[in-house]
Amino acid sequence: MSSSILPDARVPGGGMEQKWEHCLDNLHLLSPANKRKKKIIVVGTGLAGASACATMAELGYQVEAFTFHDSPRRAHSIAAQGGINASKNYCNDGDSDFRLFMDTIKGGDFRSREANVYRLAQISGSIIDQCVAQGVPFAREYDGHLDNRSFGGALVSRTFYAKGQTGQQLLLGAYGAMNRQIHLGKVHLHTRSEMLELVLKDGRACGIITRNLLTGEIRSHSADAVVLATGGYSNIYHRSTNAAGSNVTASYRSYRRGALFANPSFTQIHPTCIPVMHAHQSKLTLMSESLRNHGRIWVPVAADDQREARDIPETERDYFLERKYPAYGNLSPRDISSRAVKQVCDEGRGVGALKHSVYLDLQDAIQQHGTAFIEQQYGNLLDMYQHITNVNPYQHPLQIYPAAHYSMGGLWVDYHLMSNIPGLFVIGEANFSDHGANRLGASALMQGLADGYFILPQTIGHYLAENAPVRVSDHDPVFSATVEEAQDRISRLLAIKGKRSVASFHRELGDIMWHHCGMARNQLGLNSAIENISALRAQFWANLNIVGSATDLNQTLEYAGRVADYLEFAELMCRDALAREESCGAHYRAEHQIQGEAKRNDKQFSHVAAWHFQGDANTPQLHKEPLNFDCAKQVERNYR
Amino acid sequence: MKFILSVWRQPSATATGRLVDYPIDGIGADDSFLEVIDAINENLMAQQQEPIAYEMDCREGICGSCSLMINGSAHGPQRATTTCQLYMREFSDGETITVEPWRADALPVIKDLIVDRSAMDRIMQSAGYISVHTGEAPDANEILVSKHRADRAFEAASCIGCGACIAACPNASAMLFVAAKVVQLALLPQGQPERCHRVISMVEAMDREGFGNCSNHYECAEACPKSIPLSVIAHLNREFLQAGLFGREFSAAAHRVVHEE
Repeated sequence: MSSSILPDARVPGGGMEQKWEHCLDNLHLLSPANKRKKKIIVVGTGLAGASACATMAELGYQVEAFTFHDSPRRAHSIAAQGGINASKNYCNDGDSDFRLFMDTIKGGDFRSREANVYRLAQISGSIIDQCVAQGVPFAREYDGHLDNRSFGGALVSRTFYAKGQTGQQLLLGAYGAMNRQIHLGKVHLHTRSEMLELVLKDGRACGIITRNLLTGEIRSHSADAVVLATGGYSNIYHRSTNAAGSNVTASYRSYRRGALFANPSFTQIHPTCIPVMHAHQSKLTLMSESLRNHGRIWVPVAADDQREARDIPETERDYFLERKYPAYGNLSPRDISSRAVKQVCDEGRGVGALKHSVYLDLQDAIQQHGTAFIEQQYGNLLDMYQHITNVNPYQHPLQIYPAAHYSMGGLWVDYHLMSNIPGLFVIGEANFSDHGANRLGASALMQGLADGYFILPQTIGHYLAENAPVRVSDHDPVFSATVEEAQDRISRLLAIKGKRSVASFHRELGDIMWHHCGMARNQLGLNSAIENISALRAQFWANLNIVGSATDLNQTLEYAGRVADYLEFAELMCRDALAREESCGAHYRAEHQIQGEAKRNDKQFSHVAAWHFQGDANTPQLHKEPLNFDCAKQVERNYR
Repeated sequence: MKFILSVWRQPSATATGRLVDYPIDGIGADDSFLEVIDAINENLMAQQQEPIAYEMDCREGICGSCSLMINGSAHGPQRATTTCQLYMREFSDGETITVEPWRADALPVIKDLIVDRSAMDRIMQSAGYISVHTGEAPDANEILVSKHRADRAFEAASCIGCGACIAACPNASAMLFVAAKVVQLALLPQGQPERCHRVISMVEAMDREGFGNCSNHYECAEACPKSIPLSVIAHLNREFLQAGLFGREFSAAAHRVVHEE
């Protein structure tokens, strides 16, 4: 296989500020009449998917939208709490497109594509405009202007928010925009439909195969282009902040058809989550990073301190983020904060019954600003904490620990957000493009909506105009052949008739990944993980128990299909982590560090690692897209 | 702790359902209600019996997927809580807990505890939005909204579309759900041009879907996991009356009938 499989990233020439404009000026256009003839499939209806569906329908395309949920409003975008960044500089604190770009590039530890990130910063302001016009109820000052707060990795206040429900409110805005197009007949929505396979003809994406989750019907859908907006895969760790249904299936099945998977091991472990408290626990709930605007993180100075938090005097507390990173303090980026939390817990200074959490303390802020102010800012988050833990966070500090949260890695895309497979576009968390090795807080919503509202609807037209592919009929043999493969896989799952539940495999896989491909990784651990995953996969296919049939609503079967893909994808994550012999962002190789800080190796690893599937029997092939930094200087990432 | 869950089992939309008792032991007070159903399901599958079908996703009270009538209350006994955020410490050791699906003609049962809530989406599709094309928006701070008004809009907007209000209502009315969206958008300057059209369209859609009418039982606001206030229904009625007087195409902004605070 030659290296030509990795196409040109199509980054336009010219100065960084002009690249996006340059790209737009040179896109081939379709007439309104021709747009109406083109059909586009969008899989996933979260922020990126819903906003793309709405905007492409407004432009005149026929849109077929698919979600495995009963309604687009259930997408996990709703769970994003704290906010969305934009370089509006409403606070007059010196923000600009350039600063947002620099913070995001540096936050990602110089492992993202510069031009994409610059474009993201340029578009950020338009997203806020659009959402406000839709009636998204952002927080406001008494004078009626929009309010901002700070998030990790930034020294300015550029985060717009709607209490702790920013993702929910933005998604409902995009859902409304899509609903309007559904009402107008421009978007055809397929709920409870899960994508099982991507269909290719002559190397181009020409449709998908879905399973109706109510009837089990396997169906072919053909289109002129396919867009994946299927989110991230942190649920691979079993316990994560992700929703139970979040999965890698659409991305992974496309990878098996030839789409390149970029930086799969770049997964974000979020520092502030409610820790594991008991064995049956199925979920780690996020406590928004915004709490770090007013919350101070600390542990006792001494290990095994048995006292209640309030009985520990100020001098015997270690505010370790403020101590280690005085410039950014409690608002240090997520990867760095998570590692610092892990470190103090590993030192035996963790608090709580299992000694594996740290305090996030609001007492100083309550004394300074009053309970009413804190309630106004974070009320719903703190209520949630109390619901789950039965502890009143206004009286006692929260106990938090890092948890798997977000996937920076994803399918490889070029500047047009098209994968290496012509006609297959990937947007939102599902692609790899903008966050490098670590995502800054309040950037996921920004990227999802930039892709969906402003980038993809423009660039997809170029593909459709330039190539004018003739739509493949859904009766074409490529569809029936792929349907057969999808059906065969379901039959094989049902035929195992073993003893172990799907959840037990998921739990075991999660443990392997958390310990060996989580916050800290090393060669020995990754190699053993690859062996263990392979053995677990063999067990899965020999001893899985699924009750029920394929022609009915069968949640166990749905879950089994997703875990089967995780069991393959996990190995790819480990291989990627193994190949990257450096530490950068969230990817922390114990062999490459300086006093616990990530040691990047720009000479050898300033690239995107894009993996190409070579069949089940072979290891995947690695292709490297070199990362060049013309605008942002590759410096050491210093938050001290 | 140990419990008996008496769970509604119904193999399909057309089949007859019944309550089946499932005893479970070894549950901790900090286990969530859904984790208990998961534990029962693992036991059932080990005995080659079909697990209980139910919906959930985020498990943090925001996606609106979970939807269980627990001891006759939508989302169970705790106020302002979704089922996924309900913990076993709310129940007494040894208790028999009845678990049923939402009950409303417009939300028919699909299987066991799963109901079809697509009628709620269809109401939203009818007019539950502000029509603005991508790219048409002015600068965000050109639209000023007082904090008080923005906070009230947010309060209404916090609806998660779970359907508890409908399940709790003796008339299976969707008034709280519809009112939350109507009020959110009626309070904001951006929502004025379509204000009358929106409320008429959404109320018509609600009637079309077979939801009942509000006769002031107030169960909806009591059951709402997001504490949407009952006052939004009064506001909806006022909006509907106003739209009836002025007509669907009336643009409220041009005639200053925005209610002053």
